[in-house]
Amino acid sequence: MTLADVWFVLIAVLWMMFFVLEGFDYGVGMNLPVVSRSDTERRVVVNTIGPVWDGNEVWLLVAGAAIFAAFPEWYAALFSALYIPLTVLVIALVLRGVAFEYRGKRDDSAWRARWDVAIVIGSTLPPLLLGVAFANIVRGLPIDADHQYTGTVLTGLNPYGLLGGVTVLAVCFFLGAVYLALKTGGEVRERARGSARIGGAVAAVLAVAFLLWTQWEHGDVASAVLIVLGALALLGSLWFVQQGRDGVAFSAAAAAMALTVVALFVVVYPTVLPSTLDPAFDLTVENASSTDYTLTIMTWVAVPMTPLVLLYQGWSYWVFRRRLTVERIPPAVYAGHPDAPRE
Amino acid sequence: MSSLDLARWQFAITTIYHFIFVPLSIGLALLTAGLQTAWVRTGQDRYLRATKFWGKLLAITFAMGVVTGVWQEFQFGMGWSAYSRFVGDIFGAPLAMEGLFAFFLESTFLGLWLFGWDKLPRKVHLATAWAFAVGTILSAYFILTANAWMQHPVGYTINEATNRAELTNYAAVLTNNTALVALAHTIGVAFLTAGAVMAGVAAWHLARKRHVDVFRPSLKVGLWSAVVAGLILSVSGHTDAQIMTEQQPMKMAAGEALWDTEEECAGFSVFAVGDVEEGRNHINIQLPCMLSFLATGSFDGTVEGINDLQAASVEEFGPGSYVPPVGLSYWSFRLMIGFGLMASAVALVLLFLTRGDRDPPRRWLWTVVTAAMVLPFLGNAMGWIFTEVARQPWTVYGVMFTEDAVSGSVPTWQFATSLALLAVLYGVMAVVWFGLMRRYATVEPASAPTEPEYDPDNPDKPLTFAY
Repeated sequence: MTLADVWFVLIAVLWMMFFVLEGFDYGVGMNLPVVSRSDTERRVVVNTIGPVWDGNEVWLLVAGAAIFAAFPEWYAALFSALYIPLTVLVIALVLRGVAFEYRGKRDDSAWRARWDVAIVIGSTLPPLLLGVAFANIVRGLPIDADHQYTGTVLTGLNPYGLLGGVTVLAVCFFLGAVYLALKTGGEVRERARGSARIGGAVAAVLAVAFLLWTQWEHGDVASAVLIVLGALALLGSLWFVQQGRDGVAFSAAAAAMALTVVALFVVVYPTVLPSTLDPAFDLTVENASSTDYTLTIMTWVAVPMTPLVLLYQGWSYWVFRRRLTVERIPPAVYAGHPDAPRE
Repeated sequence: MSSLDLARWQFAITTIYHFIFVPLSIGLALLTAGLQTAWVRTGQDRYLRATKFWGKLLAITFAMGVVTGVWQEFQFGMGWSAYSRFVGDIFGAPLAMEGLFAFFLESTFLGLWLFGWDKLPRKVHLATAWAFAVGTILSAYFILTANAWMQHPVGYTINEATNRAELTNYAAVLTNNTALVALAHTIGVAFLTAGAVMAGVAAWHLARKRHVDVFRPSLKVGLWSAVVAGLILSVSGHTDAQIMTEQQPMKMAAGEALWDTEEECAGFSVFAVGDVEEGRNHINIQLPCMLSFLATGSFDGTVEGINDLQAASVEEFGPGSYVPPVGLSYWSFRLMIGFGLMASAVALVLLFLTRGDRDPPRRWLWTVVTAAMVLPFLGNAMGWIFTEVARQPWTVYGVMFTEDAVSGSVPTWQFATSLALLAVLYGVMAVVWFGLMRRYATVEPASAPTEPEYDPDNPDKPLTFAY
């Protein structure tokens, strides 16, 4: 196993963490209009991820930067190929990020309604776009001998790519609904369970179709094992939702997401970006990687830092572990007109 | 416009925009943590109220810095993929380390700080404020090592076979003197920006004699911060100028519109009008020998001129123009210094006028402090324009041209689309951010809670902070 292989594994872990953690908080955003009826209920929903969403999003930045550092050719080819989708992704993330911070900053229902729209759109587009992107990484992109993308903005919108997009979207939706069932109480929790049952059924159908297609076209024995385990975890999660066992249901749903992401990385390895033009043009772990010197330094940094990050992020989840209910949401605190301070 | 032009405009606009929020976040993080420390040590309510007041402005600003930072990382691969390929072995590492060391720390501990008033014991909660503040500085450090490598590449070799720059000594990249002095300068900028904002907002309230117990200490903290920042900026700026003269002589020459080498006692130009085609100035008002001092530390030091450096570059790198846009370099350099000095000078004068418990002799002096809030922001923008523009035509000095760095496979319409979308989005967000800042800067600071917020025996009580 070379250092480049180690970094392939680390990058898979970073994406896995991203899709699980930010996956559920995208799902929370998508579920916002589904599970809440009043502003206080909407605040319950937003505050379940209030202290943690930003830390979850950092997994995306680190996963992207790790590709840059460890596999510059992969980063350059992939990010320039996905120029327009990534532009849309960034815009969605900008709107979503400030929406959490700003929605409660004014006592104005139109203001809040606009930010709620931003939360829903900003939580829906990223998993959809990233799902299409990952399916196309597995399927391959038209990459020429110079590792330059020769496709168009529509190339990725093939049936397999689109199925990957809606699958990731649906699994995130389900994950978010289960998370809300786990983290809230009262009517919000009841609605979140209902949302999880329906969302979970849709996610299961889509995920099974996508994973079977993936296995059929690209899979091997290892991916088959992961895919079967992932599908079982998803179905198990649905069953635990029915039983009202939110904690186990969430763990199983998170495992399903994690196994799916890992399966995609296993499927694509040792290629990192297959070329649909000619297998000779494939970007691989070997030909896309940084030098051993750089990878060695990065390994020395990542090996102690990643567990440390997990430790303090885990601590923050522990600090904010209690369920939120409408009773625990304080009256809205906002700055009124300067001449009539309300705070 | 070509893809290259659009990509350059896009990089310039998004970077300058991002840097509106960065120094204010770093500075406010440190000053707010300082105020909270004062509260924990003295138990005085006014420090707690100040902490929460400035913490709100910090959170509103930090959110903008976070979301605009995503584009900063992605656009290297999206718009500058040739650059990313060429330097990825070196340049990717600091970005990844910034994420691992800084972004996780900032984001997790800001969440704990904002939402943790009732969940954490007082001192643990204070520690989260400092962890967040340390994260913002680490972030600045790593990204500045990346930028410094573009100004002054070290610790690398060019692999002729792959045509890539390869890292040979990462310690050299991390201890690049260009990066260390830039970090000192950026910390100065953070204290100047946050100090000016803190003093400016406090002055607005004090002019109306409102909430004096909270804003009097805030004023002093802000003014002192801006004055100390002035010292940090002068010393680090002087050091930076000497390093720059040695490492990037063309940048110094362009910044001064110095066309011909001055063997000794080069004057610092205050105002010049010149002709770039002819390579000379028509009018040039100078402070005698000051450029020699700024650039070399000695009043009779030699400073090389543009025309001589151009000839030397042609000899070293082959035919072509190695002269950056002189007008823009010259004026951005001047205005950076000018805006920064003005901001510090205002703070120094006001610090004197408000010594003890005094109010300034005229009410309009408060307004000056409030108006002076804009100065550091202008200076910051000018500083980055100078640093990046006066490095042209290089993207990595002496190693890679900017025109070779852009993504060849991305069609021009895609650059135009992203630029248009981001311009609209950033424009709207600027209005929203400014509106909220004004709203929350002019409101009465919340009164201190009557009982301690941390209450582990009653975990189901309402949250003390919620979105």
